[in-house]
Amino acid sequence: MERHFDTELDELKKRVIDMGTLAEGAIYKSVEALKSRNAELARGVIADDRDIDRLELLVDEKCIDLIARYQPMARDLRFITTGMKINAELERIADLAVDIAQRTLELVDKPLLKPLVDIPKLTVVAQNMIKWAIESFVKGDIELARKVVLSDPEANRLRDEIQRELIDDYMVKDGSTAPRAVQLLLIARFLERVCDHTTNIAENVIYMVQAEVVKHHPERLTDG
Amino acid sequence: MTDKIVTKDLNLWYGGFHALKDVNAAFQVNRITAIIGPSGCGKSTLLRVFNRMNDLIEGVRTGGEALIDGLDILAPDTDLVALRKKVGMVFQRPNPFPLSIYENIVFGVRIRGAKVSRSELDAIVESSLRGVLLWDDLRDMLRSPALRLSLEQRQRLCIARLLAVKPDVLLMDEPCSALDPQATARIEELMRELKHEYTIVIVTHNMQQAARVSDDTGFMLLGELIEFNRTEELFASPRDKRTEDYITGRYG
Repeated sequence: MERHFDTELDELKKRVIDMGTLAEGAIYKSVEALKSRNAELARGVIADDRDIDRLELLVDEKCIDLIARYQPMARDLRFITTGMKINAELERIADLAVDIAQRTLELVDKPLLKPLVDIPKLTVVAQNMIKWAIESFVKGDIELARKVVLSDPEANRLRDEIQRELIDDYMVKDGSTAPRAVQLLLIARFLERVCDHTTNIAENVIYMVQAEVVKHHPERLTDG
Repeated sequence: MTDKIVTKDLNLWYGGFHALKDVNAAFQVNRITAIIGPSGCGKSTLLRVFNRMNDLIEGVRTGGEALIDGLDILAPDTDLVALRKKVGMVFQRPNPFPLSIYENIVFGVRIRGAKVSRSELDAIVESSLRGVLLWDDLRDMLRSPALRLSLEQRQRLCIARLLAVKPDVLLMDEPCSALDPQATARIEELMRELKHEYTIVIVTHNMQQAARVSDDTGFMLLGELIEFNRTEELFASPRDKRTEDYITGRYG
């Protein structure tokens, strides 16, 4: 049976996709600004965050409106509550892009500490995870959601590698590098947090599709 | 948790029509169990098995078992008067007798023939009306005709009438469908109170009501019990696609 409600759910889905596109774009731009030492681009990321905040409120309103008017059950209910949670995670991801842009602004007028290798790698991991997480939500694709969750250890490994290098090879050997190295450490930490939020999105998608909670239960992810 | 009513491969036919098909379920003490499903799915038929109301319909046959406290109530030697005292029923339209409030409540006690003193009857009226939270409102008008009461009060009175004969089980067939939302909410509150003393089974078309008020829910379709689970599980994460389609409005 055709339901008007499905049109409403599609609209919610589109808005969540928009949130995902904006959040992922913000992460990409913030690291591009770092790589190309582009203060203009970094300031753009900070300014654009207002649009993401506005969209977050719209998505929340839409979810509450749908719950109030339709009193959804079962997968409809799980879809809407998952949409709300994903929305909050994406907004946090966009905030982390702002954090990266702010650290970048601290670095643009200082000499380059080292060529960036692992931070761009970590960025690619983070961007892929966001894309897959949103796609898994849109398609209800559990395998893709699993792939996101299973990518998180790689993000942690890269962050550890970045930390080790910055501390051992720079800060310990030459204290004058510390102010710049700390900014890069923070950026690596922010990118790793992006991956954590993305993992939360994927775990919520798994709940949405198969009504099983994998959050805080990693063993359920590999069992089947 | 203790099973009060258990059905084992319960079947029921109205003549050639197979209305209940191998229903296996357990209804527990001090819990509210809701039965949901589209019209004609057999939910009211199932409810009426539990006090043998279907016996009033010609050509009804049953198979399997329906146990209450471990005894098969479908057995031919079942004492129907005792069964209906133990298993009371509330209907869609409140149906008080055209008598006073007082006489409505003591009616069941009187027709059982036992000699009961006036003061005992008074005590039954008071405790029954207290049980449905009507005592304070009606204590000064017990001799007034029951038909003067509002619909909600009439429905409460009908429940009080059951309580007077000290049942174990309350069957409710769409008990709020004639009531407005506020009265519905108050009857639901009453049900939550009553479940501490009784086993309650409610049939309802109103899924939100089933979700709000019940502890367990069964979903029926075409005479089959498709799914029976704790209410929060059934409405958030149903296991069967047919349940999912029904409760999300995709059925039909």
